[in-house]
Amino acid sequence: MTSFFHIRRLALWAITAVVMIALPLVLTQSFAISMLSQMGIAVIFALSYNMLLGQTGMLSFGHAVYFGLGAFFSAHALNMIGAGNLGLPVTFLPLVGGVAGLAFGVVFGYVTTKHSGTPFAMISLGIAEMVAACSLMFPSFFGGEGGISTDRVVGEAVMGITYGQGRQVYYLIAGWCFVCMIAMFALTQTPLGRMANAVRDNAERARFVGYNPTRVRYTMLILSSFFAGIAGGLAVINYELVTAESLGVVASGNVLLMSFIGGVGHFFGPIIGAVLVTYLQSALSNYTLAWLLYFGLFFLVMILFAPGGIASLLAMHKPAWDVGQLKRLVPSYIAAGAASLVVLAGLIALIEMIYQVETKKEQSGTVMNLFGLTFDAANAGPWIGSLATMAVGAALLWGASRLVRASWQQVTIAINAKRGA
Amino acid sequence: MLNSLSYGLLLFMLSSGLTLIFSMMGVLNFAHASFYMLGAYFAYQTSTYLGFWPALIVAPAAVAFLGALTERYGLRTVHKFGHVAELLFTFGLAYIIEEFVHLLWGRAPVEYRIPPILDFSAFSIYTTQYPAYRVFMMLVSVAMLAALYLALTRTRIGLIIQASLTHPDMVEALGHNVPRVFMTVFAGGAALAGLAGVIGGNAFVTEPGMAASVGTIVFVVVVFGGMGSLAGAFIASLIIGAVQTFSVAFDYSLASILTGMGVQLDPESAWYELWKVTIAQAAPVLPYVLMVLMLIVRPKGLMGTREG
Repeated sequence: MTSFFHIRRLALWAITAVVMIALPLVLTQSFAISMLSQMGIAVIFALSYNMLLGQTGMLSFGHAVYFGLGAFFSAHALNMIGAGNLGLPVTFLPLVGGVAGLAFGVVFGYVTTKHSGTPFAMISLGIAEMVAACSLMFPSFFGGEGGISTDRVVGEAVMGITYGQGRQVYYLIAGWCFVCMIAMFALTQTPLGRMANAVRDNAERARFVGYNPTRVRYTMLILSSFFAGIAGGLAVINYELVTAESLGVVASGNVLLMSFIGGVGHFFGPIIGAVLVTYLQSALSNYTLAWLLYFGLFFLVMILFAPGGIASLLAMHKPAWDVGQLKRLVPSYIAAGAASLVVLAGLIALIEMIYQVETKKEQSGTVMNLFGLTFDAANAGPWIGSLATMAVGAALLWGASRLVRASWQQVTIAINAKRGA
Repeated sequence: MLNSLSYGLLLFMLSSGLTLIFSMMGVLNFAHASFYMLGAYFAYQTSTYLGFWPALIVAPAAVAFLGALTERYGLRTVHKFGHVAELLFTFGLAYIIEEFVHLLWGRAPVEYRIPPILDFSAFSIYTTQYPAYRVFMMLVSVAMLAALYLALTRTRIGLIIQASLTHPDMVEALGHNVPRVFMTVFAGGAALAGLAGVIGGNAFVTEPGMAASVGTIVFVVVVFGGMGSLAGAFIASLIIGAVQTFSVAFDYSLASILTGMGVQLDPESAWYELWKVTIAQAAPVLPYVLMVLMLIVRPKGLMGTREG
């Protein structure tokens, strides 16, 4: 039985590797490759964050501190390589970031990990604010408002690899991403990883069994800041620029959103979240200026209705898949999806109209284009129309949710019958 | 001195609501500073139609209503998923409120002005004119705090609230609707934040960034004073207010002090930049440094009774 699981797990990793190698061959446009690179960095960062939130139960609002500081140290190291003062291949530059992140994890973690729960969250926020405020005080290291810029095409070319092309950078990031993913997964299987879970679930019991929860939290924070620093180093190679924004509170919030939307309860959750959120951020920001609002609403809906994230939604369907009952759910899901689209259309129209009237009026008037329709947001018609659409959609959604519940009931009966048999 | 007092009192108006909500529900409300911002914006909107005085009532009431809605339909739903979900819910809410403010009022600061009737200098100390509005701010916050104190300790409602803090099950068994008490407290805390926004918004700037700028300071105050302690929050507010106000005025750095003592520093040395940071430049960092020091020395905070 165990060997079967091992084979399946190996196969899963192999498929992941093949997909990571194949993607830039399929998506050859340069913006696609740069987005894939961003996703790789985000995956490492989100997974390192989940070592805290998902595995040890520490809600941190300051994880970008380690990412950003790792990035700044890497940027300076890269500049030193360029000046010929440091003999390190660019390929291993992320290690500089990782070590820097680790060092700051040792320092800050000593203060923060004495606490858990809400106090830990607030203290991590305070540390994040402190570092962000400090970054503007020392312009020679942090580069002030403009940040530190570097050039990644330095040093000896190893086998013709100079990182001049986007695709070479992507493969570097993908390689690091794969190694980090395996390392972080392996960590969950070690005694430390297991104790982290125990501390998350019940710190008091962990203490009774003879483990020091503070030390477990401290170790996990140090290790996770190492991986965050690696992600920061890769970001330097990718963008060739690092600004104080990358260690700010907004960046910390972003990684939290990614991990949470993906699902913190499963190892692969943050990977889904990082890929999806990176995609949404670059796709939505092309279409609308209010994308942050949509993004925030999406996040709230996830917390209210699927607090386990996308990963738990997927995992929920595993038993149904095992007994071959997934097809029973499909019709009700299609109905619910259609109803949600109607609600969404009404909501989008409403938000875009508010936006047109309040913010864009001076430049382009109140006449606007949406869903292929042209209308004047100064009239009452479109407002009534979109409110009506939302109301109709909400009614449909209510009906569809009953349908979903009914088909889930049937599926549950089938699963239980199978288990009983 | 008076500036720091008025700023400290404003901070306490914010942190008292946050502390009340935290000690009652164990929820750290990330959107608290957003309620402060909404208070300022609502007051701006009301004052353009009705004037400043009605805004003093209308805006906090509107914020309280929003707070009640948040508790009833948001927090109560996520409560069963645990504290992390609640914290994240308020975090997401803060995000959305900021975006809505962007959407409705734009990204630039709005012109929310001090009412002309209060726009004169009350008295002058040496050569500094002291604006009457600051006096008014202090009066409002002190009056509000007195009202809060009396309401909590001298009325029946306050009695039930205090009892629900410590023994929610018992209070429920005695026939009180504890969830509704929670909703009232949340709305009340939001109203306090809204009122602080009304009187603080025109003294400082009313802009979409105001929630973020004051929000973390309020958290520092709550941690510094001890989580869940009103008295601690009060002292911490005054201290942090003083630190923030005074440090901006001092233009000394370690380098200038050392030079004054006759030590010559090498401008080329790597640490020179650290030495020449003035206290005024370091002002934004000081509250956080204070917080970290407090956590190392006394992890409970100033007046805190519990740890973690």
